[in-house]
Amino acid sequence: MTSGTAIVVSHDDPHALEHGNRGISNPILGMILFICSEVMFFAGLFAAYFNVRANAPVWPPSVAEVGPIAEKFNLHAEPWFAATLTVVLVISSFTCQFGVWAIRRDDRKGLVRAIGVTLVLGIAFLIGQAYDYSQLGFGLGDGTFGTTFYTLTGFHGAHVLAGTIMLSVVLYRAMSGQFSARHHDAVEATSIYWHFVDVVWVALFSLLYVLPTH
Amino acid sequence: MATTALTPAATAYRSGLYDWVTTTDHKKIGILYVINSFLFFLIGGLFALGVRSQLVVPDNKLISPELYNQLFTMHASIMIFLFIIPMLAGFGNYIVPLMIGAPDMAFPRINALSFWMLPLAGIIMLSGFLTPGGAAAEGWTSYSPLAQRAYSGMGTDLWIVAVALIGTSSILGSVNFLVTIFKMRAPGMTMFRMPIMVWTVLVTSVLVLMATPVLTSGLIMLFIDRNYGGHFFDPATGGNAILWQNIFWFYSHPAVYIMILPAMGMISEILPVFSRKPLFGYKAFVFATAGIGALGFSVWAHHMFTTGAVYLPFFSFMTFLIAVPTGVKMFNWIATLYRGQLTFSTPLLFALGFLSMFLIGGIDGAFSAAVPVDFALHDTYWVVAHLHYVLFGGSVFGVMAGTYYWFPKMSGRKLNETLGKIQFVLMFIGFNMTFFPMHLLGLDGMPRRIAVYASTAGWSQLNLVATIGSIIIATSMLPFLWNVFITLRNGEPAGDDPWEGNTLEWATTSPPPPYNFDHLPPIRSERPVFDVRHGRVADHGSQA
Repeated sequence: MTSGTAIVVSHDDPHALEHGNRGISNPILGMILFICSEVMFFAGLFAAYFNVRANAPVWPPSVAEVGPIAEKFNLHAEPWFAATLTVVLVISSFTCQFGVWAIRRDDRKGLVRAIGVTLVLGIAFLIGQAYDYSQLGFGLGDGTFGTTFYTLTGFHGAHVLAGTIMLSVVLYRAMSGQFSARHHDAVEATSIYWHFVDVVWVALFSLLYVLPTH
Repeated sequence: MATTALTPAATAYRSGLYDWVTTTDHKKIGILYVINSFLFFLIGGLFALGVRSQLVVPDNKLISPELYNQLFTMHASIMIFLFIIPMLAGFGNYIVPLMIGAPDMAFPRINALSFWMLPLAGIIMLSGFLTPGGAAAEGWTSYSPLAQRAYSGMGTDLWIVAVALIGTSSILGSVNFLVTIFKMRAPGMTMFRMPIMVWTVLVTSVLVLMATPVLTSGLIMLFIDRNYGGHFFDPATGGNAILWQNIFWFYSHPAVYIMILPAMGMISEILPVFSRKPLFGYKAFVFATAGIGALGFSVWAHHMFTTGAVYLPFFSFMTFLIAVPTGVKMFNWIATLYRGQLTFSTPLLFALGFLSMFLIGGIDGAFSAAVPVDFALHDTYWVVAHLHYVLFGGSVFGVMAGTYYWFPKMSGRKLNETLGKIQFVLMFIGFNMTFFPMHLLGLDGMPRRIAVYASTAGWSQLNLVATIGSIIIATSMLPFLWNVFITLRNGEPAGDDPWEGNTLEWATTSPPPPYNFDHLPPIRSERPVFDVRHGRVADHGSQA
């Protein structure tokens, strides 16, 4: 929007800059607190999953319990596609952090490159998840297994989508030169959020694909 | 190049509708919160009158059982989600930045967003009455299987959406409060010099931040169960109906502290001012508030003793334990009053109403914490009495005290004292007539949420008394509304500091200018304005 010209801060008033210059900045603190609430949101979903799972006589539910659809509940047998998605998301967390380190050095090109790669990886994850959904063969209504699986992964996917939108905004602003070593709160806040989304997925993957069945 | 041209001081409080709709000023948003919450208080009150007029005589056919269920469900939902919680958030919005010497909240536009979600959510929730099945009718607790598709219609879906929206508004608001309190304090305003009101808003915000998202997750699960064939709360297909109760009360028990702590904060500002003494035991009060917040997360299952699915000794013990910090506060308030020079203005009367009524409500709570007693009283009118003594006798009296106390700051005019005292007397008598008999009805075994009772049950006289009381409560709103009306038109000008207050909001004009302060007094204690008035600090910049 400023197309080439730097933004001039026309405040000589020291009070204008006084607040927020001590320690952590307001937007970053706000994002960390917001993520606390997100942790509790996922804690609710995870608690529901543990509750349902612990109450089930066998997990995943058997054919005797829910019918022939139970044969599709074999996430443990073929975890490789989901494992690939996990790797994609973990790598994207690293590229995101490289972007943060770049802009802290005032390296704007490095920021654009790193955030661009992160965005591509995030979109790749979403496409992969959509493809995975189409191949699973069971749906949201198929017993507690289907309900919990799609609710947990679906809400995680929605958070990845929100993260990619935030990354797009950051990328656009980075390309128009709005960030510098001093002013890049949006980059920091977005990267914290992206790491959080990544951590949730690692927890989900461990829970759904790795944790032994009973 | 210093090119900032300060905008001339606007006549902020007589500006046009557009200005109010688009404002990001925390004071205007705070007033919007208060007005919006008060309108919902009147709507929720009308629903309560509907409930009471059905119960006035036995075998009454005035209201159908279906509509009766909708009325008590919407009464509770509106009073909790659209009146008490937003009302306290509104006072927090107005007062907290002033009290800590900040120019505004940390995120003014998010603040406006938080507010505007509320009228939208209210419209969504109330629009349930227009759907074929009527509004949500399974109680504000929305237990499965009652809340499932088989037993409730679209009104419940609208209820879920509305409550999730209000929750989001609260979460954004709590982030805003926390960043404001942590980052925007004026120089000299250390954490242990913050007014108690600010502390209570801080602890409340932590509770909102940690508890509300869990309710949101539960609401989403319920929505999936109802609309997409999910099986979270359906025992027939491996789900668990008790799971909803656990999730719901994990939010809703901390929520009772969300609904009372800021009111306690208001009382803790008012009592010292009207007894001309500092608050007794400032630090003890702060730690008691934090203690209530922490313990508040470990008592939720005392709402579920009779399910047989919770570990009774633990939750009973923790519930008794949380009475300890509450008792500390009660002791602090009484010790503040002790040998004070009391001025019986309306804010103090309502504050004393809070103390006495909340004490009864708290003692009721200690009864219910005992498992054997709870087994006898669960789901009877005793519980209705208890919760109204805490939420009406506590929160509403606190909100009225705060309204009389800060109205001069918000409007520049003092509410009429005579009308205020008339309102207090009517409300106090009406409140006790309505809710004290409910203790006895509960002990007589009258279950809550029933639309009709038999004349042979022996509950007729007490129900009649309760209904008369509810009409007196409704009547007590008339002098209040008239008071606000005449005061805004032609009230006594208040000046900057009508009560000789202690805290920073009284150091600026009434109403304060945009960005609040031209000049802040030095802050050397939790009573900076008191210090200046009594020459304890030299205030070189003061105009006076």
